[in-house]
Amino acid sequence: MNVEADRERCCGSGMCALTAPDVFDQDAETGYVLVLLPEPPREWHDDVRSAAGVCPSGAITVRE
Amino acid sequence: MTQAPSAPRLPLERPNPFDPPVRLAELRENEPISRLAFPDGHVGWLVTGYQEARDVLRDPRFSSRQELRHFPLDHALANEPMEPARPGMFIRMDAPEHGRLRRLLTGQFTVKRMKALEPRIQGFVDRALDELEADGPGADLVARFALPVPSLVICELLGVPYEDRARFQQNSRTIMSLDSSREDIMGAFESMGQFLHDLVMSKIAEPTDDILGGLAATGELTAEEMTNIAFLLLVAGHETTANMLGLGTFALLRHPGELARFRAEPEIAEAAVEELLRYLSIIHVGMTRTALEDLDLHGTLVKAGECVILSVSAGNRDPERFENPDELDLARPHGTGHLSFGHGVHQCLGQQLARVEMRIGLTTLVERFPNLRLAVAPEDVPTKTNAIIYGVHSLKVAW
Ligand code: HEM
Repeated sequence: MNVEADRERCCGSGMCALTAPDVFDQDAETGYVLVLLPEPPREWHDDVRSAAGVCPSGAITVRE
Repeated sequence: MTQAPSAPRLPLERPNPFDPPVRLAELRENEPISRLAFPDGHVGWLVTGYQEARDVLRDPRFSSRQELRHFPLDHALANEPMEPARPGMFIRMDAPEHGRLRRLLTGQFTVKRMKALEPRIQGFVDRALDELEADGPGADLVARFALPVPSLVICELLGVPYEDRARFQQNSRTIMSLDSSREDIMGAFESMGQFLHDLVMSKIAEPTDDILGGLAATGELTAEEMTNIAFLLLVAGHETTANMLGLGTFALLRHPGELARFRAEPEIAEAAVEELLRYLSIIHVGMTRTALEDLDLHGTLVKAGECVILSVSAGNRDPERFENPDELDLARPHGTGHLSFGHGVHQCLGQQLARVEMRIGLTTLVERFPNLRLAVAPEDVPTKTNAIIYGVHSLKVAW
């Protein structure tokens, strides 16, 4: 699995950091998405898919 | 009036305090995008399907601009043309202006920042519950707990003196009520504007260590923009969460099995908060967007200028998305997909704060009062059917 996030689209809702906190974080200054693990281990795959699904601005792309 | 005879008005009448109007479920089943008549004569659309609502909310061709809106319910201002949003009121703006303003605040409401606030919030909750207890059985949980906790938190974050709460709580109640007269609403806006303008000027003169002080220090905003941002955060930040705490407690007390589970299984607290948000859908009038061009929405032609109401209550009970949607199931998995905080780039800025307030507030409440119960008959709990945000006016409890 490969995860990318588009900071131009991000609106800083924090849904990814809430849903998959081991894979996503928010920049402390701007609140925008940071991908901690672009190739997350299998155990986080479900959470990553959920995070992409709930992202309000469609900023997360997951390739499997 | 050019009202099409076939277009009905937005239903508001509920079968009981927790379920949305029955008509919404019928529409969702048969006609998830249906015509809707507005009091000013406009004919737009009502969206009751979950997926349809999400698709509108994430589509930039549907605008949030205030001057393009019509209001779906009878209201003192419903027949007046809408003015463009005041400078700073980014909830009623589109890109790029919306993003420019929202971006200045997102760093203040991150998951981690809200986590760091937990001890402060716990302190506010503990003190509010002390006061509730001191009032003795029959105390009003709204006045002692549901309203003060979010007000204290947002005041501290923004840097608004809490002593001024009577003023903004009363004004925001007037603005949110559908029964207020035109004069009262104008007066409430005026009074809030004056109070916040003075506060903002003092922050500009001497920036303090809070959100308003931080905004002043950026030098990127005019005093008028800051005043309106403060207004937006203050009203959005206390009225909504207060209604969730009050109505949420009422719902728990009326679902004893779920309440017992909530007490016994602290690990479901986060899922429980999501489920209460979904089940109660307090933004019961829905969200509004206006089509900027003719477009096809799931096979329906929506014309430029037509207003679309997205029913949060109906979408959150869509059986296509949520199994047994009319059941309150506090351990429901994958609950965060609800529409209660909206969707798209306007999705609630304060949602991570609201989640923490609800989790700490409700878990502490049920722990502290193991015998919490209603002190009045359930049918005597006054509900806010006639307000923009649904909730209970008061909740008398005993323990
Ligand atoms: C349970 C509590 C809350 C609920 C149900 C709620 C609901 C919502 C909804 C549905 C929207 C989207 C409106 C739209 O798309 O037109 C929204 C936006 C907003 N909310 Fe909340 N909210 C809550 C708590 C808060 C809190 C605590 C704050 C405090 C900072 C806040 C600040 C905002 C702001 C500033 C916006 C505008 C965001 C934008 O336009 O980019 N809300 N909220």
